[in-house]
Amino acid sequence: MNTSTTLGVGTLPMSATQDVSGAGPVNIELTATQATVGSAQIPNAKMTVRNVNIFYGEKQAIYDVNVDIGKNQVIAMIGPSGCGKSTFLRSLNRMNDTIDSCRVEGDIRIDDENLYSPKLDVVELRARVGMVFQKPNPFPKSIYDNVAYGPKIHGLADTRVDLDEMVERSLRKAGLWDEVKDRLFQAGTGLSGGQQQRLCIARAIAVSPEVILMDEPCSALDPIATARIEELIEELSQNFTIAIVTHSMQQAARVSQRTAYFHLGRLIEVNPTEQVFTNPEHSLTESYITGRFG
Amino acid sequence: MHATDLFFLLVGLTVLAFYMGRGKASQIAQGLGGIRNLHSLPSYYGHYTALYCGFPALLLLCAWSIFEGPVIIGMVMDSLPSDLRPSGSVEYKLLANKISNISLGILPTINQPDALITAAETLQRYSQLSRWSMTALVSSIALLGLMWARSMIVAELRARQRVETAVRYALFACACVAIFTTLGIVLSVLFESLQFFKSVPVADFIFGLEWSPQMAIRADQVGSSGSFGAVPLFVGTLLVSVVAMFVAVPIGLMSAIYLAEYAHKSVRAYAKPALEILAGIPTVVYGFFAALTVAPFLRNVGESYGLSVSSESALAAGLVMGVMIIPFISSLADDVITAVPQAMRDGSLAMGATHSETVRRVVIPAALPGIVAGIMLAISRAIGETMIVVMASGLAANMTFNPLDSVTTVTVQIVTLLTGDQEFDSAKTLAAFALGLMLFLITLILNIIALQVVKRFREQYE
Ligand SMILES: Nc1ncnc2c1ncn2[C@@H]1O[C@H](COP(=O)(O)OP(=O)(O)OP(=O)(O)O)[C@@H](O)[C@H]1O
Ligand SMILES: [Mg+2]
Repeated sequence: MNTSTTLGVGTLPMSATQDVSGAGPVNIELTATQATVGSAQIPNAKMTVRNVNIFYGEKQAIYDVNVDIGKNQVIAMIGPSGCGKSTFLRSLNRMNDTIDSCRVEGDIRIDDENLYSPKLDVVELRARVGMVFQKPNPFPKSIYDNVAYGPKIHGLADTRVDLDEMVERSLRKAGLWDEVKDRLFQAGTGLSGGQQQRLCIARAIAVSPEVILMDEPCSALDPIATARIEELIEELSQNFTIAIVTHSMQQAARVSQRTAYFHLGRLIEVNPTEQVFTNPEHSLTESYITGRFG
Repeated sequence: MHATDLFFLLVGLTVLAFYMGRGKASQIAQGLGGIRNLHSLPSYYGHYTALYCGFPALLLLCAWSIFEGPVIIGMVMDSLPSDLRPSGSVEYKLLANKISNISLGILPTINQPDALITAAETLQRYSQLSRWSMTALVSSIALLGLMWARSMIVAELRARQRVETAVRYALFACACVAIFTTLGIVLSVLFESLQFFKSVPVADFIFGLEWSPQMAIRADQVGSSGSFGAVPLFVGTLLVSVVAMFVAVPIGLMSAIYLAEYAHKSVRAYAKPALEILAGIPTVVYGFFAALTVAPFLRNVGESYGLSVSSESALAAGLVMGVMIIPFISSLADDVITAVPQAMRDGSLAMGATHSETVRRVVIPAALPGIVAGIMLAISRAIGETMIVVMASGLAANMTFNPLDSVTTVTVQIVTLLTGDQEFDSAKTLAAFALGLMLFLITLILNIIALQVVKRFREQYE
């Protein structure tokens, strides 16, 4: 486990840790050592993240994160707004490249291949590591073309029938098929916000990526659609690796095997989900999941 | 006082009225314990007062200035002895001019009949009188309006609503001016065209294949009747425009894509203004560039391949016009492409699409309505462009689709029809109006199509 100790004690808000329930004075030694508590590193990892720092210009958004993303597992990332969850997630398929001011340091690997090595083909990487964004962003195309987009550019379907089938399968998985099967050729942008988000999910899974990154995929969905997506995540996790950012503790508890807690750009704790929600190791995690701040 | 001086006085009064109204409102507010006790903000009361002070007076001033002249002249004419009274409207105008020139001292009084000199004096007297009464009336109306509006100001006065209503009417009036001006131009062109169509049948004009507008002045000359078939002109226009668009659309679009998607920020900062400089070059310069550099060059190249290229060709004019139009397309397209949200690009890139796939399949379709609008604008520009074509494509109304030939366009013909001396009621001159009308109709139809296209895409994509 990494134990670099460059950061001062004062950088984490002590006020948040002080009023934790009657457990007496909170252990401060963690803020001093800056190490992530719990089991951040596991055997059989799909992706490994080592000593990653991310900057927006001069401003640092992610501090020295070390974590493994387990193969065919779901890892949930939780934390207060602005703590860097999206930033971290975007570094996993190099989407941060599109932001000029953004700089990533450290070592991220997928199947032991360095993401930032010059030999790596970004386009291929992104086909392997798909992403669903925080805000739905369907293309200004028909529903069908939105889903068919990935298969088309990667040449996954040889015939129109194949493509039709792929589109239908993806839409069904995303729980959108019944709602749109009669208007596949109308604009995807004409759907409701929640439908658009499911369309984006269908679009992402249409190319069967190995890893799927989901940034609050259910924030615009009603409980029924959310349940459908959670079902989908569970189903996908049998064959795929999934990293999901969520603000819903219940959702994290329902869908993930491991949970990572971020706080002000630092990864505070990674543990099996059950443990995080029943017996968190770090006081900040406890404060967050018991609703004391965030 | 002169009407312009009076106008400035009025402006001054209006400004004063604003401050007086606002001042009174503030005073009332102070008495009541704060602005929140007024119905509207104090400045609304100021505008309210200014409106009552300035608007009626200004209206009166305008009306007076417009009707003053004709009314006074009419009165002077009535005072003339009956033997001098003009018989027709032309003589009336001439005489009126003469009298006013005498009164202004432009015409010497010697050798003029006494009656005219008296008339000139009457005119002067009346004018003076009119000016005095105008000054008195207008300024008193302004002052009255000011006083009245100021006295109306109380805390409950709904000044905000009043002012908003006034603003709405003012904006409406401005819109009307624009619409009526357009309508006026169209109607006058239409009217003159109808004159033209009296001597040349519409069908001959629209479907005729020969254009030679030279009309003999005397009926016994050779070729006394010109022929006014406009088809060659429209074919020429079409030919030049098509060549121009073949140059401008791909280059403009590609450079826009480069600037918006690929160029580094610092490159963009210089390249974009540099491209836009192209739009600032006077068309005359493009014209002689086309005539003196491009056309001879094309001719030489053509000859070396054994083609006969005329020294003035549609190709030369079209190429140069295309270059001229590039910035229209690139600038507009660049704007709409940069306006496509980054989230859209991210979505595509995250699917593993390459940069160019993203541009081709997502960004361009999203920006298409704007791009189409830009292209349509450019086409209108190409059709209306005159200078380059005058210089580089010739005057011969050839009915040809060969871009190596010399052709002429509608705009060029309008220019040649109306330059030099002409009678204003000959078919030759009136033909210009008919051509103008056709040109107007064509651009109108193009614009309607463009709007329709844009709307279709909007519906599909929003
Ligand atoms: N494009 C950007 N340029 C500069 N700073 C940014 C940019 N994007 C994010 N940041 C900053 O990085 C920090 C982390 O942002 P991030 O979007 O990763 O937070 P988050 O955990 O996803 O929050 P939320 O839960 O609200 O989505 C924030 O302080 C934010 O202001
Ligand atoms: Mg986020």
